Amino acid sequence: MSQHEQALRRVSAVRGIRGVMLVSASDGLVVADVSMEDVDGRAVAALAASLCARLRRATTSAGLGVPGVVHLRGEEGVLLAVPAPNDMLVVAVADRGANVGLARLELLEAARVLG
Amino acid sequence: MRVLESWVGAPLERFLDESAARLVLLMTTSGQVVAQHGFTRSVDVMSAAALGAAIMASTAELARIMGSPRFGVLVHQGAEQGMLLSGFDTPRGRWIGLVVFGPDTSVGLVQLFFQQFAEEIGAAAPPAEPHGPVLAENFEHDLNASLRALFGR
Repeated sequence: MSQHEQALRRVSAVRGIRGVMLVSASDGLVVADVSMEDVDGRAVAALAASLCARLRRATTSAGLGVPGVVHLRGEEGVLLAVPAPNDMLVVAVADRGANVGLARLELLEAARVLG
Repeated sequence: MRVLESWVGAPLERFLDESAARLVLLMTTSGQVVAQHGFTRSVDVMSAAALGAAIMASTAELARIMGSPRFGVLVHQGAEQGMLLSGFDTPRGRWIGLVVFGPDTSVGLVQLFFQQFAEEIGAAAPPAEPHGPVLAENFEHDLNASLRALFGR
């Protein structure tokens, strides 16, 4: 199992996580993914990368620096994204009842390992 | 934005809004232009259409040699802008989209919204009309009519 896959699998093991992927931040393309069942990974990757780029522009313009974690809560679940080195993003899609705190920690760890 | 057939207009406008593409050229596999956005000179459209159709024909032949199904999407990524070239089936036959995009969007977004656009075109296209033989005396007239429609002159 590759280092990428191992890091993503740790995140996907968290309760309520429906899928995790490594995304090229500037291209919005999926680099690697784990258990993305019932989730259109390509669409999530493209839109999450676009969202993160815009948020990054907004926070840096406001003098807040680069966002460390993006946490987007929807009616049916949560999208989490953490910037990783080498122009990457680690993105997770979770159910409403997911353990988001642990998921955030695992995403940050995955981003660190992938760097 | 200029379109030869009005039903292409709404899906193309949506694609342009969502993808933030700079240039779009929609053509048949023989290089006949169906719609364009962002081109200002007819000579550029004709060259791009001919080159786009030729590239798609070349990649189809490469796929055949490699014994694989034809390639769906071809992307060239440059420092300042990228280009996506993709073929898709419609009730009017196979069409090709050539999309040029800048750093204000991403190849993932363009690819995602282009796929949706192709599906919309496939659903919106009226059935093909029967074609008569292509006659030399009609060819120049048809070509000029298409260019007038695409450039408004």
